This record gives sequence, structure tokens and C-alpha cells, in this order.
Amino acid sequence: MSIIAVAAAGAVEEQAMAQVENSLEGVFGVETYRMPPFPDPAYAYDPSRNQFSSTLVLREVLGRRPADASKMIVVTDVDMFIPMLSFVYGQAQLDGPVAVLSIARLRQEFYGLPTNQPLFLVRVRKEALHEMGHCFGLTHCRDPLCTMCLSTNIQQLDQKEARFCDGCAALVRGALAAAGDIR
Amino acid sequence: MKKRWEILVVDDEPVMRESLAEWLMEDGYSVDTAASGQEAIARAKLREYAIYFLDLKMPPGIDGIETMMEIRKLHPEASVIIMTAYATVDTAITAMKEGAQEYVVKPCSPEEISLLVGRIIKVKNLQRENLILRKKLTKHYRFQDIISKNARMVGIFDLIRDIANLRSTVLIQGASGTGKELIARAIHYSGNRAEKPFVAVSCAALAETLLESELFGHEKGSFTGASERKSGKFELADGGTLFLDEIGDISPKLQVDLLRVLQERSFFRVGGSEEVTVDVRVIAATRVNLQEAVAAGHFRDDLFYRLNVINIEIPPLRERREDIPLLAHDFLERLAHELGKQVDDIAEGALKLLLDYDWPGNVRELENAVERALVTARGHVLTEDDFAFLRRAPQTNGWAAPDNLPLDEVQKLVIAATLRRTGGNVKEAASTLGIDRSTLYDRMRKYAIER
Repeated sequence: MSIIAVAAAGAVEEQAMAQVENSLEGVFGVETYRMPPFPDPAYAYDPSRNQFSSTLVLREVLGRRPADASKMIVVTDVDMFIPMLSFVYGQAQLDGPVAVLSIARLRQEFYGLPTNQPLFLVRVRKEALHEMGHCFGLTHCRDPLCTMCLSTNIQQLDQKEARFCDGCAALVRGALAAAGDIR
Repeated sequence: MKKRWEILVVDDEPVMRESLAEWLMEDGYSVDTAASGQEAIARAKLREYAIYFLDLKMPPGIDGIETMMEIRKLHPEASVIIMTAYATVDTAITAMKEGAQEYVVKPCSPEEISLLVGRIIKVKNLQRENLILRKKLTKHYRFQDIISKNARMVGIFDLIRDIANLRSTVLIQGASGTGKELIARAIHYSGNRAEKPFVAVSCAALAETLLESELFGHEKGSFTGASERKSGKFELADGGTLFLDEIGDISPKLQVDLLRVLQERSFFRVGGSEEVTVDVRVIAATRVNLQEAVAAGHFRDDLFYRLNVINIEIPPLRERREDIPLLAHDFLERLAHELGKQVDDIAEGALKLLLDYDWPGNVRELENAVERALVTARGHVLTEDDFAFLRRAPQTNGWAAPDNLPLDEVQKLVIAATLRRTGGNVKEAASTLGIDRSTLYDRMRKYAIER
């Protein structure tokens, strides 16, 4: 039975953490458990960009996955980047065990808009499914409504749904079956 | 199934290249990385990538632009995206001049990169689709071994279908390299003689007596060296087709013999007394105008009318330019396979060059040009540079008369150039120039031109 470990890096609000756990359990049908939080990712801070390197965060937490968890997702509230891009919502190892997710740009406040907690939580759900989808070997989907569709801005993220399309869902089932979780 | 496109990310900074590679892999591409220009070139030699992301500044060794130039030598069709941390107009211009498809400043928005890669891949997909469609199209335009969509050629194909099952003699006229033998073969192989032999004889290649024995065979002891009885081509072609190339070159005596065979369907072997009867369809071909030869008294008119029952005139390649892309791609496919070269397309600029060229040597010259380009080609696509040798050849199109050039000087230059092209063959040169051999000899003496 696959277990997905869920951990925060630095301070992350509880509602977001619970949303990640519920989403993964509900959609993947696997067990999750909460790890004690990792330290604040100050080590990944780039002062010239005032952002945090997602690659360095991923590298830091890679060896800290518990032995009984086949996958691990690490959630942070800091804004992340890779050198080539101005930002990333998350970074995952394709068909690998670990993903990191930044919730900084999922809040309406980031765009100077009033708080909208339900919308924020839907976005958290979409991105958690998306990054974990990569860990299960899925690449971006061309279906604009599928959660595996690439979102390069918040409008695209809002446009897609918090579910896998039929094709991607089949790939997820295949990956889970290969891991011995479903038949 | 669609081929997965491969991308190479080249940057000396590990976090930079690995994070971009991972990001592209999440988008479904197969991605390799290289830490230096040298490593990138080594990888490009091993496989072909659809897109190269190259960092402009990569110490030590060679920088992004130099790396790009090397890669483009290997793969002229490769799409290169130059990445840099600082935008300067100068480097951007240099990069684009040297053939970079895009120039991006780090960091750029995910949207920008996604659109950029998507756009390049879309073009690559269209190019591949185009290649597949073109192959299907070539099949559509193929008749036996001949490819054409030219109206006159299609008319010839229709005529061939109509006459394939007849025994009537055919006369094929066309300049050198237009594919006269291919037409003859197409007639033979689309008719009811296809299972029987197709025998080809070049009348220009042999001296009169040899040609006579070649065509009709000889009895033992009929001449010095005739130690065995030998069947001629007419006998070998019994039931099938005899193709007589360069019929305009045969001697008056052979013209009489040939006329007799065409009338009687029988002949005597050289030195023989036994009449041999055959069922042979004769297809004759000539690159000289046989009617003019008749008018000049060089060719028997009765033989001409016997041969000219069905007349096929093949247009020169410059009058069917629409076939050049079809033919060039067909030659490319076949010759690349024969030469073991991984080349599968011809660049647009190269194709334009081929379309504008006059092709005095017709389809054969085009075939040779594609072969020559293939031999020296380094990329997967034949480029304008691969066909540079065509530009050196003089073109008649758009020729402007130079000042102060006497007609005598023009004649001297033209005769000398023609003789050079025919390798000193006076007969061929005379034919090309449209004058008699004796006239050509006179002019050669007059202008002191050596063979």
C-alpha cells in the first residue's frame, strides 16, 4: 500500500496542509500522513531575486522521505523559482518520489486582490494533484480542463478543474496498480 | 504514434540546466543536458535534437554562439534558443544573425518559454507531416519509374497506357537526360509484353559492323573472330521489346536493314542464309531532330515513317519545372538510402536554387546534382550550400551582353566551352551547337581551339 508523506517547509497554514492531504487521499485513494515540519527554506533564498530556489528545496528534502512512504510532497509558503523562469508553482521529480509545492502565488492577495479562501483552497488542491501526478509519471496534458494541463499563469490555473481527465486518470490507475495499490 | 521530440539543454551551471531539463520533461519532452559547448557538440554528433537551449556565456572553452555555429553545421535544421542573463542588443543581433531561432533573457515567464517551445514543435510537427504527405503525393504522380505532374508528361502517361498492348513502333524524341529509356521501359512493362525481355541497344556506342552483328547476330566464321554462332538483340528480344537508343546515329546500310526487319518481321544473321522470324516491338529514341535529319538527307524518310508510327516527345526539364521538387525528393530518398546517408529533406532555399536552374542535362543532371550534394552534405537536410556547385555553371537566363564583345569572340568562347563540356567529343559538341561536324572543325581551326 502506497503512503504519501505530507510535510510543510517553514510555516504553512493548517487549512492548506489539510487540503493537500484530503485531496491526495480522495483522488489517489491512498493513505497520507503528516510529518513534522521541515525548517524554513532560508538556505534556498536568492537575494538578487528575493525568491527561493525550488531545486535547492527539493535537493534538501530529498533524503528525508520516511522509509514507509513511497512519495512525499513538501508544501511551502515561500515564492519559488528555477533560474530560467520567473517563478514556479512547484517542482516534482518525474516518475520519482518527491515534489515541492509553493502556495505563495495561489492566494488572491499575491495579485493585490481581496482574500478568497475557498478559491485559494481549490488552487491548492489542483496544484497538489498536479505535482503528485508528475511523481506518478504523468506529463502535461493538452486537455485545458485536466489538472495535469500546464498552467503558466493564475488564469490558466483557475480555468482547469481539480480532477484528472479520463486519460490521465487511467495513467494514475496504471501507476498505482504497478505499485500494487489497486487491481 | 507521434515521435517524442528531444531537447538538449546546455549550461555550465548545474542547477540551471537540471531545473530547466526537469521543467521540460514535465511538459512531455525527452531532455538531455550538457555542461559545456564541447559536450553539447559531442552529443549533437550522436543524436538529433529538435531544440537546443544554449547558454550564451559558458566558460571555459567555447561560448553559446560558437557552439550554435558548430551544431548548425551538423544539423542546419536545428532550432537553437540562446539564453542569457543580460540582454544586450549586440549579442541578440549576433545570435540571430548566426541562425538562432530565438533569444531569451533569464529569467523569463513560464508562459513565454511554453509558447516558444510549443511554437517550434508545432512547426517541426508540420514539417514532418509535410514530409509524409509529400511521399504519398509522389506515389500519386508516379507512372512505372517516372514521376511527373506536368500536363504534357501526364498526357504521355495516358498515351503509354493506350499503346502499351500494341505492336506499333514508337519513336521517342527528347534531349539528353530526359528519360527516353524510362519511357520505353514504361511502355514495355505496362503492356502484355511485360513478362518477355526488354532489350536495350545504344546505336551510338558501336561501329557499323559491330552494331550490325549486335542487332542481327552472326553465323560462325562469318567474319574474323566470329568463332561461334551468336544470336542478335532482335532474337533475344523475341516476344518482347527492342529499344534502339540514338537511332539517328546509324549508318545508311543499317537503315536499310532495319527498314527491312520492320517491314518483314524477319532478317538474316550476318553471314547467314537462314531467315529468322521474330515478334519484336521496336521502340526507337533520338536526341536529334530526326525530321531535320531526313530533310538534310542523313536519314531515310521511309525508315523515319516506319519508326514514327507513334511519336512521343519528352519535354526538357526546364519546361516541366513543377516536377523538380518531386524528382529531387524522390532522388534524395533513393540515393540517401543507397549512400547510407541520414538526409531526409531539402531546405527551401536549396529547392529554389534547383527550381531556378536551367538543367541542360535534364533529369539525369538533377539526379547527379542530388547525389553530389548528398555526398558532401553534413546535416539532415540538403541546403543551398550543398548545391553551391550549380551556381558556378553559367546560366543563360538573364544574361546581359557585355560591352565590346565581337561576335567572333563569342563563337570562340562558346565552342571552347562546349568542347570542354563534351570532353573533346566533336560529334556531341557539334550536335549541341546545332552545326555540322565539318563546320565545327572549320571553326576550331579558325579560332585555334584544341579538343
